[in-house]
Amino acid sequence: MKKQMAACIGLVCTGLMAPLAQATTTLTVYSALEADQVKDYKEAFEKANPDIELRFVRESTGVITAKLLSEKNNPQADVVWGLAATSLMILDQQGMLQGYVPKGVEKLNREFVDKAHPPKWTGMDVWAATICFNTVEAAKKGLPKPESWADLTKPVYKGQIVMPHPASSGTGYLDVSAWLQMMGEKKGWDYMDKLHVNMAQYVHSGSKPCKMAAAGEYPIGISFEYRGAELKEKGAPIDLVYPKEGLGWDLEATAILKGSKNLAAAKKLADFSVSLPAMQLYEKNYAVVAMPGVAKQNPYIPTDYAKRLSKNNFAWAAKNREAILQEWSRRYESKAAPKN
Amino acid sequence: MLSAVLRWRPRGGQTGIAGEARIASLLLWALVAVLLLGLGLPLLFIFAKAVQDGDGGFVGLVNFAQVLQSPGLMRASSNSLQLGLTVTALVLPLAFAFAWALLRSRLWGRGLWRQIGLSPLLAPSLMPAISLVYLFGNQGLLKDWLHGGNIYGFWGVVLGELFYTFPHALLIIMTALSAADARLYEAGRVLGAGPLRQFLTITLPGVRYGLVSAGLVVFTLVLTDFGVPKVVGGDFNVLAVEAFKQVIGQQNFPRGAVVGLLLLLPAILSCLVERRMARRQQAALTARAQPFAPAPSWLRDACALLLLLAISLLLLALLGVGVAASFIKYWPYNLDFTLAHYQFDTVDGGGWSAYVNSLQLATATAVLGSLLVFVGACVCEKLPGMALGRSLLRFLAMLPMAVPGLVLGLGYVFFFNHPANPLHGWYGSLGLMVLCCIAHFYTTAHLTAATALKQLDGEFEAVAASLKVPFWVTWWRVSLPVCLPALVDVARFLFVSAMTTLSALIFIMTPEHSLAAVSIITMDDAGDTAAAAAMATLVVLSSAGLSLLLSLLERLLGRRNQRWRKPG
Repeated sequence: MKKQMAACIGLVCTGLMAPLAQATTTLTVYSALEADQVKDYKEAFEKANPDIELRFVRESTGVITAKLLSEKNNPQADVVWGLAATSLMILDQQGMLQGYVPKGVEKLNREFVDKAHPPKWTGMDVWAATICFNTVEAAKKGLPKPESWADLTKPVYKGQIVMPHPASSGTGYLDVSAWLQMMGEKKGWDYMDKLHVNMAQYVHSGSKPCKMAAAGEYPIGISFEYRGAELKEKGAPIDLVYPKEGLGWDLEATAILKGSKNLAAAKKLADFSVSLPAMQLYEKNYAVVAMPGVAKQNPYIPTDYAKRLSKNNFAWAAKNREAILQEWSRRYESKAAPKN
Repeated sequence: MLSAVLRWRPRGGQTGIAGEARIASLLLWALVAVLLLGLGLPLLFIFAKAVQDGDGGFVGLVNFAQVLQSPGLMRASSNSLQLGLTVTALVLPLAFAFAWALLRSRLWGRGLWRQIGLSPLLAPSLMPAISLVYLFGNQGLLKDWLHGGNIYGFWGVVLGELFYTFPHALLIIMTALSAADARLYEAGRVLGAGPLRQFLTITLPGVRYGLVSAGLVVFTLVLTDFGVPKVVGGDFNVLAVEAFKQVIGQQNFPRGAVVGLLLLLPAILSCLVERRMARRQQAALTARAQPFAPAPSWLRDACALLLLLAISLLLLALLGVGVAASFIKYWPYNLDFTLAHYQFDTVDGGGWSAYVNSLQLATATAVLGSLLVFVGACVCEKLPGMALGRSLLRFLAMLPMAVPGLVLGLGYVFFFNHPANPLHGWYGSLGLMVLCCIAHFYTTAHLTAATALKQLDGEFEAVAASLKVPFWVTWWRVSLPVCLPALVDVARFLFVSAMTTLSALIFIMTPEHSLAAVSIITMDDAGDTAAAAAMATLVVLSSAGLSLLLSLLERLLGRRNQRWRKPG
């Protein structure tokens, strides 16, 4: 009770004090960042820009993309901070993004910035496919450690693998897109057909497969390196496998929505997103960031990580996203009978 | 005497002061307006949305055709149907056995058994699903029981839904079983019918209406719940989850509306069947019936005890395992005790603020809802005249029973989030969620209050009117005190329901006002099962705590206000 009273008094006081403080702008930020990253990023930005408050709407990549598209005629978001570049390209094709040259963008690797002038989006970091492999459970079940994507289709792994659903998860989509690009469309779908036989579940988010693997629920989870390294750090009995054919990947990126009513504040966030302090935040989570020279070695991520990334044609991945997801859903969501 | 005099004034209120009549009609139409806003219009908008394309143009039945053609959705429908039938077939015997053991034995501590039987009401449907993962998941405590099988899929969902629907079936069957006429059993015994024959020819026919009605309720609940299938469904896709995916995941509102309409079908069908049955049922229990009291029989009581023990153990296990799991550091590799999962900072879903929001929502729903329901029931039962308005109000009060929460939630999205709606600004606020909760649970609350009011002789109003006492004074001085225990029940029901419900609110929730029950889904989606279990535990504890508090209050009120009920 006393605490509540104190909180009430506090609220009243801040309410009274507000006119004295700087007028604050509230910026609506749509994001697919991991929940445990949002807090740090938000704090860092608000510390550097005390007059701007960020209101985060966080969801998985697929959900945020769908939300943005459905709000096309009546955009609710000012800025997108931390969404797959393939998704941002789709928004750009719909004419929804505002071009802007953030201060200091020239310091970024040019591969990480939209080619348009002014750029519609700027990259933050790379996240890439990684397999989380639970060594304890694998030993119990006598499963060998997979080394490649091809290994995962071996009969021994039947019912032992989980991966994210590509429609809801950006990590899921980058896997599918990379397999199709690396193997070619026909072989890519053949591969997924075989993988589907071994798949225990398709789950909502890109983190969940690794969390499931870490908890031993399923020994193999197709996820991404940040979650893998974070869980391993915490002591989960997992090994991270970087399949030798190459890792599917995508860029997390930032963009301003056309029609934002808080354009000045939105630009400040775009500036912050490419700044060194922001890059240092990204670096804590990812091995490759947009600004050269910032990244440090993570003990759980191989030194030649950047070279292991597969060749990725973003424009292709963005343009064909809807068709690919439809085909995926036709093949793997509407089978005549449940598998188990 | 009194009644004889009053018969000369058939419509007492109308002859009263003109101002009073105007206030009465104003009140009535205000209530109708509130229910139309919170219920009627959103439902109409689902129909409208189902025949529009994404940009709002009229497209006729194209969306229906698309849904019928997409094999995923059709499979989800058949899965839902199969699931609903299986769960109904399983839960009815279980709930019947429990109710029978409770009401037809002379066991000690029946109040406690009853509470255990109803305990699943305190938890969101996600709780049993999470417990099932900890019990029978691939790292589950009892995984060996499955002999290499897998909890994710059809049977996992069936188990979770059994837990979730059990108390709903139990409540209805208990009511049916308790209305037994001892004279029938006496006659049966005299005519030489053994216990089995008595059971088959008297007990079962006596509760058939209750069984059918419980079956319909369970079937509808299962079809529209997505908490359980979302967590343990694995690849087993059902219609409710499909509606969620279409609307939240793909923002495909028209298709979501079509799926919502599909889900409305069984509910409407149930309602029609129930209406029919209710008409036949009416004369089952006459005024001359004698309450049934079981004869002593240790064999029967032993069987009953065994039954109660077995089912209670299962229910408590599905509730308790989730609670226990929330305190375990890192299942299954580190079983140390921890409170870390209650720090929701690093997981999705809004954490403690979601919990506080839920508390606020539940409290507001309970307080405002009981008030609205009481006034509404008074208007329906106690106000004279205005037949049209009253029957409209009655219809609106019974409508929510036929509307699954999921469908109502979709209606809210379509209606309140429509840019042209003047109430658009209200969208996403806690106030709208309160309205949604009240509308969603209105029927049960209304029936409880109306039943209590019916016990009160209509002549109170008539006398009051003849003494020129305005109706609101009568309500305040007479009806309210008499109804208070029933209203406490209503408040408890509304609080617990608002605390645990998912289906309607998940569609209209915004990140600022995230809710506890919804955050459980979000956490589980991200793979944070322990945090999800922790939040579910908080919900269960709050619901249980408030129920306990209100029970005490009820007992206190019972002593003070209800003395008149006692003879002498």
